[in-house]
Amino acid sequence: MNTQPLPPLPRPAQPLPNPSDWSFELIEQYHEVIRATAQRFGLDTYPNQLEVITAEQMMDAYASVGMPVNYRHWSFGKEFIATEKNYKRGHMGLAYEIVINSNPCISYLMEENTMAMQALVIAHAAYGHNSFFKGNYLFRMWTDASSIIDYLVYARNYIAECEERHGIEAVELFLDSCHALQNHGVDRYRRPSKKSLADELAARKDREAYAQQQVNDLWRTLPKKADAASETQASKRFPLEPEENLLYFIEKNAPLLEPWQREIVHIVRKIAQYFYPQRQSQVMNEGWATFWHHRLLNEMYDNGFLHDGLMLECLASHTNVIYQPKVGQRGYRGFNPYALGFAMYTDIQRICEQPTDEDRHWFPDLAGTPWLPALDHAMRNYKDESFIGQYLSPKLMRDFRMFAIRDDEQASDLVVSAIHDEDGYRRLRENLARQYDLGAREPNVQVWNVNLRGDRSLTLRHQRDNNRPLGDSAPEIVRHAARLWGFTVRLESVDGEGTVRQQWSVTPEPVH
Amino acid sequence: MALQQIIDRRAAGKNKSIGNRERFLRRHQEQIREAVRRAVQGRSIRDLERGEEIHIPRKDLSEPVLEHGPGGVRDLVHTGNRDYLTGDHIERPKGGQGGSGSQASDSGEGEDDFVFSLSKEEFMQIFFEDLALPHLVRTQLAEIPEYRSHRAGYTSDGTPNNLHVVRSMRGALGRRIALGTASRRELHALEEQATELRRQPSEDPVVRQELAEIEARIAVLKARLGLIPFIDPIDLKFRSRVRTPVPTAKAVMFCLMDVSGSMDEQRKDLSKRFFILLYLFLTRHYEKIDLVFIRHHTQAQEVSEEDFFHARETGGTVVSSALELMTKIVQERYPSGEWNIYGAQASDGDNWENDDPACQRLLREALLPACRYFAYVQVVDEPKNLWRAYEEVAATHRNFALRRVSEASQIFPVFRDLFKREGATR
Repeated sequence: MNTQPLPPLPRPAQPLPNPSDWSFELIEQYHEVIRATAQRFGLDTYPNQLEVITAEQMMDAYASVGMPVNYRHWSFGKEFIATEKNYKRGHMGLAYEIVINSNPCISYLMEENTMAMQALVIAHAAYGHNSFFKGNYLFRMWTDASSIIDYLVYARNYIAECEERHGIEAVELFLDSCHALQNHGVDRYRRPSKKSLADELAARKDREAYAQQQVNDLWRTLPKKADAASETQASKRFPLEPEENLLYFIEKNAPLLEPWQREIVHIVRKIAQYFYPQRQSQVMNEGWATFWHHRLLNEMYDNGFLHDGLMLECLASHTNVIYQPKVGQRGYRGFNPYALGFAMYTDIQRICEQPTDEDRHWFPDLAGTPWLPALDHAMRNYKDESFIGQYLSPKLMRDFRMFAIRDDEQASDLVVSAIHDEDGYRRLRENLARQYDLGAREPNVQVWNVNLRGDRSLTLRHQRDNNRPLGDSAPEIVRHAARLWGFTVRLESVDGEGTVRQQWSVTPEPVH
Repeated sequence: MALQQIIDRRAAGKNKSIGNRERFLRRHQEQIREAVRRAVQGRSIRDLERGEEIHIPRKDLSEPVLEHGPGGVRDLVHTGNRDYLTGDHIERPKGGQGGSGSQASDSGEGEDDFVFSLSKEEFMQIFFEDLALPHLVRTQLAEIPEYRSHRAGYTSDGTPNNLHVVRSMRGALGRRIALGTASRRELHALEEQATELRRQPSEDPVVRQELAEIEARIAVLKARLGLIPFIDPIDLKFRSRVRTPVPTAKAVMFCLMDVSGSMDEQRKDLSKRFFILLYLFLTRHYEKIDLVFIRHHTQAQEVSEEDFFHARETGGTVVSSALELMTKIVQERYPSGEWNIYGAQASDGDNWENDDPACQRLLREALLPACRYFAYVQVVDEPKNLWRAYEEVAATHRNFALRRVSEASQIFPVFRDLFKREGATR
């Protein structure tokens, strides 16, 4: 790729028209300029598909986790009602963009937006997010942008069919249980196979038959010859290695599930897997999109494409997006990912172009190099955790006036463990990086053992991180797991020394 | 680089989340039913048909996921340091875990109820479900008033089956006359002239010349007249039909209720649903409905709806007093020639023994002949003396229906005949 941006576009005779109402021709004109400007910076994107939708449709997409199609479930209805209520009360300016990691990349433009907002959304979503989806390693590795919409259509139809065949209630209860475990239905380290929908469908039939057979094999109850044999069997754990993907394990091994239930588990974990990269790259993704809408629009303004008024509206909106309340202020909810991400990318550019001695010391590889490739590299090869660990600079920590607090149950007070000074930089950076590590944010629960020859009970084990216990929802989750497993499910919370500190156990009622 | 498409999706996919909403309502139907029940108790009969706010405790809606609980050691980075230095101690905030920052936002939203509003249609559906209304009846009641089309003159467009032939032909004739008059007048004049000329000696070349010219002109005029079409699209006239709402008549509904000591809240509530159902039925068929509330114990009196449902008295029961008052009101204010009279009576069935024959007589002689329909529910299960007396009347009168009910779902059958008849005439 280019190390420097291509030369600016020829200056137009007059800026693009700026009425407050948008029109299709205007969107096309603006898009063309944004596209050409993005090309100057070498943003590599999927083809864009811009869709104009109403506020109601936007809420709808919101409610079904931002997807244009999804299967039916009451929780989406709940979300819709909540979103609609907030919107009607004017509590939220409906977030002005939803963009879908698909190929072509679909960005929604809301009918109510002004022309300035449409331009902002196109720059933010259709070029910012889009290039991130296409470039970032997590998305490249874990999601298949070309088939997700097809897969969701398939999921919707399959679940509708199940509802017809087995009753809405049965499907709903089953989905509830799958949803309860969906954060633990992802492969964190294993690389998933990329299958197209056609392969996926073709594989389904085989899979159903094969999986059922495997399950039967596992649960073979033919009497063993001697007692000694079963002794050794019992001492051997199943699975041999702990399994982190609970839904995967249940799909493959739960003894009593019907084929359609296995398929639903499969669908839920597939979709959870699709969203897994998004949950790990919020700061990077939003920061990247914000950096680029800011950059592209400014560039267009400098080249004489944008009216002052339009630019002001965009900037006002941009300022709102990156607003970062300080601790103790109203509305403080920790870091605003837009603000942090935007600041970090901007900072990387600064380090490249105008490094200080401090920067040269902290980022010897970065200081003074061309900024475009540096930024591109940072976007492609990291997730939030490693991105912060790698790129958070002392200057930013000072600008944000960051400080770390240690909350130890054993201590009577909270302790300020680090602030933005020479001694604290590394610790702050480490702590903040860990804060974005999904592995640390979510409890680490794995399948520990199945009692194959006895009561068929399943034991899950929670390995405590920093001795943090499980929350109040644990018994509820165990109930859901038991519904899926069909026999007793035990959840143990184990501390660093391997002692069981909390324990829950649920035996499902024999429904089957 | 990018194939660009702008797609207008605004028209497509409206109400896409209806299915999800249905599932949401289904899941919480118990709470929603309860709320509807409460709303029905609180609302006036006339004011039943509107939506309702439903409150559901947030904990019932939770979708649990595994989370860390408070405790252990956690390090959190915040922004906006003012005066902390490394090693400072901060008192642990009361009530919450110390500065859980970003996590507090999605878990600790407080214990407010989840509030949403039920639309009018959804409210009525649940109300109907409670009453176990047959689906046909539900659609009848839920419908907007029906229209009947009737003739209203003629229009110049319509469907062929409404074509009015005589009118159309008359129009065509008129048009032909109007368009052809000038030519025809000239034609007549020329023909007369021609006849005149033919009588003269034919050798005269001047005459012959003139005649030829006239004949040529006649031919032209005839051709022109021939070109006027016999019938033209603008001649067509169609019978016009306009749709007017069916309920045009007036009805009066008498609500009679026993308010003696034995009628408790639950029985009154049951009675109220019974009245509501009849009222709903009537609103679908009549434009103007008067409601008359008569309560009685040993004496009857006409009261407002508020007093009707909420006052309570003690003492014995003389049902005929109410029937008598109703008869009187009908005679004074609602001549049966002008008004469609409906009666609905609810009682726990107790009556002073000697009063039964009087009731029978009043019904047979005065009320039933005047009423379109008279329904009686006894809100206590075992048959009482009034029940037996009424049963005898019902055996001989088709517009009298009675029923013992102990819960809301048993009310509807008392109206079955009424609704059925309505279904048949539609």
